[in-house]
Amino acid sequence: MTIWVNGERRDLPDGATVAVAVEASGASSDGRGIAAALDGEVVPRDRWSDTELADGQHVEVVQAVQGG
Amino acid sequence: MSWRIADRELGSRLILGTGGFRTHEALAAALAESGAEIATVAMRRVDAGASGSLLDVLRDADVSVLPNTAGCFTARDAVTTAQLAREALGTDWVKLEVIGDDKTLLPDAVELVAAAEQLVADGFVVLPYTNDDPILARRLEDVGCAAVMPLGSPIGSGMGILNPYNLRLIREQAGVPVILDAGIGTASDAALAMEAGADAVLLASAVSRAADPAQMARAMRMAVEAGRAAFEAGRIPRRLYADPSSPLEGVPELS
Repeated sequence: MTIWVNGERRDLPDGATVAVAVEASGASSDGRGIAAALDGEVVPRDRWSDTELADGQHVEVVQAVQGG
Repeated sequence: MSWRIADRELGSRLILGTGGFRTHEALAAALAESGAEIATVAMRRVDAGASGSLLDVLRDADVSVLPNTAGCFTARDAVTTAQLAREALGTDWVKLEVIGDDKTLLPDAVELVAAAEQLVADGFVVLPYTNDDPILARRLEDVGCAAVMPLGSPIGSGMGILNPYNLRLIREQAGVPVILDAGIGTASDAALAMEAGADAVLLASAVSRAADPAQMARAMRMAVEAGRAAFEAGRIPRRLYADPSSPLEGVPELS
């Protein structure tokens, strides 16, 4: 299925979870300092591995950067 | 003397933005010279190629992270960004920015108040970056913001405090800390903000884009301290004509 991870098109296997998308984003595997949103809604870290994705969904994976 | 935002007691009245530093080393040096206890960060898409961890730099400097919602144009985006920051960084503090325009980066008052209200209801300690509008500042306090952060002039402009009168009005009526945020160009701007009664100053570009950021950070630290001391000391009134500081009596007649 097609999942948009940080604006990039990814082909992920059916049944892939938010955790898979986070990994695909290149985020460090421990998830420290990372947060994820699925179609504009925050998914708490402890739900990443049991939140399954559906074709065409958008995942945003963010971290703190210099700013403000 | 210490001051307080929500339940947090603070010594330093200078909050440093981390934007614009060319390297993490430059940021670390400026943080050390500034004496800041809080530093802002932005939330952006993960960049797998980024080198080193900003969070490590901030932790080593012993400063608390204050995430912002920079880049958000709607209340909805700002609320979601704050929630992402809370999830990523484990803090319920947020510097709320809802921008109305790319060119001026001025706040969108309507979206700002809406976002502030939602975030307060969601348990956040909300520090809104706001226009220097006393009425808007009051509305933000009314919906439960923990401070108000009026701009001196547009972000990164370095024009200083364009409307000191409004800043004084905001200070006079606010029951929460007033933090002058944005527009500071050099040390005297920060001192002026503090002399006008601001509880603190938040700045980034003035330090990060200075030729010598660490030196400017030190200047800002001293300016904020000097301005606060002058405010507490109580300045003399301005007057049109001289007021002699030597006695008028007992002047010898010499011719």
